[in-house]
Amino acid sequence: MLRVESLTKTFDGFLAVNEASLMVQKGDVTAVIGPNGAGKTTLFHLITGQITPTSGTIHFKDENITGLMPHRVCRKGISRSYQVVNIFNRLTVFENVQVAILSRRKQTFNLFQPAKTMAIQETQDILDSVGLLEKADMISSALSHGDQKVLEIAIALGNRPELLILDEPTAGMSPEETAVTLRLMKQLSSQMGITILFCEHDMQMVFSIASQIMVMQAGRSIIQGTPECVRTNQQVQDAYLGGTESCSM
Amino acid sequence: MIKALFNTKSTLTSLGLLVALLLLPQFVPRFYIYLMALIFATVLLATSLNIVLGFGGMFQFHHAVFYGFGAYALALTATKSGLPLWAGYVIAPICSSLLGFLLGLITVRLTKLYFGMLQLSLGSLVWALVFRWYAFTGGDDGIHGIPLPDLVSSSAGAYYFNLIVTVVCLGVMYMIVNSPFGRTFQGIRDNPERCRAIGIDVQRQQLLGQVIASFFAGVAGTLFVTVEGSVFPDLLFWGLSLEVLIMCLLGGWFFFMGPALGAAIIIGLRTFVGIYTEYWTLILGVVLMLLIFFLPEGVLGLFHKKGVSAGEKEGADATR
Repeated sequence: MLRVESLTKTFDGFLAVNEASLMVQKGDVTAVIGPNGAGKTTLFHLITGQITPTSGTIHFKDENITGLMPHRVCRKGISRSYQVVNIFNRLTVFENVQVAILSRRKQTFNLFQPAKTMAIQETQDILDSVGLLEKADMISSALSHGDQKVLEIAIALGNRPELLILDEPTAGMSPEETAVTLRLMKQLSSQMGITILFCEHDMQMVFSIASQIMVMQAGRSIIQGTPECVRTNQQVQDAYLGGTESCSM
Repeated sequence: MIKALFNTKSTLTSLGLLVALLLLPQFVPRFYIYLMALIFATVLLATSLNIVLGFGGMFQFHHAVFYGFGAYALALTATKSGLPLWAGYVIAPICSSLLGFLLGLITVRLTKLYFGMLQLSLGSLVWALVFRWYAFTGGDDGIHGIPLPDLVSSSAGAYYFNLIVTVVCLGVMYMIVNSPFGRTFQGIRDNPERCRAIGIDVQRQQLLGQVIASFFAGVAGTLFVTVEGSVFPDLLFWGLSLEVLIMCLLGGWFFFMGPALGAAIIIGLRTFVGIYTEYWTLILGVVLMLLIFFLPEGVLGLFHKKGVSAGEKEGADATR
């Protein structure tokens, strides 16, 4: 479904992503792991068009999407959430998700229909599925950090993505909130059939959900394979997991 | 559709206010009729600015250029074209929105302060052109004694015309602000980056916002001509843009009626303080300072915070 080949991004000579490759199959839950500064977020920014690659290609459903503008990438069926909470602060929780649905329905140039009568059911369904329905009328900036991270995912779902990219979805969450998010991700994958690509530092979480893992270090993709394969790989052991007492970092 | 937009309490308040304004000319001296007609034009101008400023988050530093451009378009149509006098009222807003489109094509490529500064520069070019082009625009003398249709040539006629046009335009702008476009525009105000990530073409959305705002500024320009019967280059000067910006901030730029309130306060201040001192801008400066320190969300923001605003949460939803 997604094929990243030899992707490179340099910032003033600094190689943030260096010849990275990644394959995501339809229906997979693929995790990208690696230490801080390995280039995971930059890789996601490159895929979703926030930044343009220096070289390399990105194919989505056999179509070359390298260097497309973010809104065009989204319209192809890729939606994302952010590492740092990135929502519409002055809008309500309901409106945050509704904007994404209106965008998908190509209603953003509709000038005369009252927005509050539109996409109500779909918005409520999404909020219900992520557990935010009761807080639908709250101004989103008043939500707890954990709820805002979940709202991040809910906004992305408004686009009905085929591929959902989550950048550290549980960063800064309590163990309870992490468990809820993990359950949500499993549900999105198994019940809604959404392909998920995510990066995460919590190894326990990664190994409990991912069907594929790609390991990055210093901008390079070291290996991609099943969790078992990655866990036992000598190169990964040496470069990433090896020096630590356990699998978590 | 209308029912979905307006809640009962705010509709009743607006209707009451409208009736009072319709009866006003029967009870007050002519000067106040003139003053109110001018306030209507300014209310429309300030509200049109707020579509892009408060609801779109665009730093529209030179909104007056679209206002003055509309006023000049009407004045020139009426004095030079030989077309029927009403034609100018249609042509002017179209000219303003075309100017908005042309300047917008260049300015929306930039964001925030850079957008504002570029707009200020381009708007000032238009001002300089009007200021210098004596043969066509009358240069710094402006154009005086503009012939107006009979219906609006009396002060009461101008009052009612301005009132009706302002109310209709506010109604249309209210619908726009609450439409999917308006909702998306507020999303862009809060977070343009996220909007791009959910598939919104931010620049095109901003360009349309720009065209809408400049259209209504053009209408406001025609209302000014209806009251004053003359135009002059100050209408396109950045000083006026600053004043309108202050009106939005003073009234409350996150509220639909905020700029209207700000416009009424500023015009009132200018008129009544101006009687006692010609340094009324000093008072404006003090007002601005107090505003920044004590009312960061404007007068309506203060009411909203204290829970005094009509309809509480429901009202806030409708006015946001």
